[in-house]
Amino acid sequence: MTLTLESFIAKLEEEIDTIPKGSLKPDTNYRDIKDWSSMHALIIIALADTDYNAVLTGNDLRSCNTVSELFNVIKSKIA
Amino acid sequence: MTTKAYINHLTYYLPEKVMDNAELMKDFEGLLNEGDFEKVGIKKRYIVDEGTTGSDLAFNAAERLFEETHFDRNQIDALIYCSVHQDHVTPATSCILHGRLNLNEDVATYDITHGCSGYIYGLSLAKSLIESLGMKNILFLTGSALTKYIHKKDKASRMVFGDGASATIISASNTPNETKGIGQFILRTDGKGADKIIIKDGGERNKITPASLIEKTDEYNNTHTDASFYMNGTGILLFTLKKVPDLIEDTLKKNELTKNDIDLYILHQANVFIIEQVRKKMKIEAEKFFYSIENCGNTVNSTVAIALCEAIKAGKAKKGDKILIAGFGVGLSWGATVISL
Repeated sequence: MTLTLESFIAKLEEEIDTIPKGSLKPDTNYRDIKDWSSMHALIIIALADTDYNAVLTGNDLRSCNTVSELFNVIKSKIA
Repeated sequence: MTTKAYINHLTYYLPEKVMDNAELMKDFEGLLNEGDFEKVGIKKRYIVDEGTTGSDLAFNAAERLFEETHFDRNQIDALIYCSVHQDHVTPATSCILHGRLNLNEDVATYDITHGCSGYIYGLSLAKSLIESLGMKNILFLTGSALTKYIHKKDKASRMVFGDGASATIISASNTPNETKGIGQFILRTDGKGADKIIIKDGGERNKITPASLIEKTDEYNNTHTDASFYMNGTGILLFTLKKVPDLIEDTLKKNELTKNDIDLYILHQANVFIIEQVRKKMKIEAEKFFYSIENCGNTVNSTVAIALCEAIKAGKAKKGDKILIAGFGVGLSWGATVISL
């Protein structure tokens, strides 16, 4: 699947139901997502794996803050 | 004459005390929400009280099995007990259970201390005892009282885990062209990942000291100590996504089957989210995956047996069906086989 920042944001909004549609921006700190929890981290890791074939680790998540940073990490890891 | 091991009877036992999501949410004052519970697919779990051990649950499961089936306990040749907890430092808890269950002296006893892969490991041992050593009937018990070891403020683990036990009788069949049976196994280990799921202190390596009780809170607000249960959730998800699809593929190959030959997949009921990721990755249709976690949570080494019981009750696992069962988790350790009822 081609990974664009827009499609990644749309995918996150689809997978994480606490995010109101259209509210996620590239500079949003994803830890500010409503009720952010380890479940959300698991959703993002699974999304990276199944949709983009990229292995995103807990450390990767720890190392970035915004949605666009996250997007760049996943993009750099696409197998 | 070929001897084949098969699952003859099975049942399970859950402790009395129920903890539903509403009650659990009270302990976390707004930090837990319904959406999280929906993702993991759990509505309630059963919890032991402080004085109850995993072996107490296993004992009750065994007595229930004898009661339900009228199976003569004097026909048992070996007792396998699988649990991450032991009653005493020594002797083996299988010996304690042997005494409590009034089994005769012609019974071999084995402890297996595996967690989520434990049901598969136990079955592989039972099959070997029958097909290699000529035993006739094996009583295989699992028991988990893990919730006693989970820190009160570890919300991720408290959401998911429940206590429970199972009892299975694996028997020998000498019938020619027997269709029921336990197939070939794939059993794997990655000991370098031992720290991903661990209760670090309290064993021989690290005694309990005041430092064991220092609370550590991660970035997701889950708290544990070195004396309590710890699970690296993100690490375990990656482990599962990487290893379980290969495990299933290799188990199919070893049994000379394809994905389509399997009537039902029963994976260790870690949580619905994680199993669904495996299913989607393997492109297997949803109706072939059986879930039995909503009403009891993740009961560690008892999940596969509980789900298998429920699948039989629901008519989803029928005589002649080929069922792929798989376990994966603490160790790290994973395994799978194909059974026919």
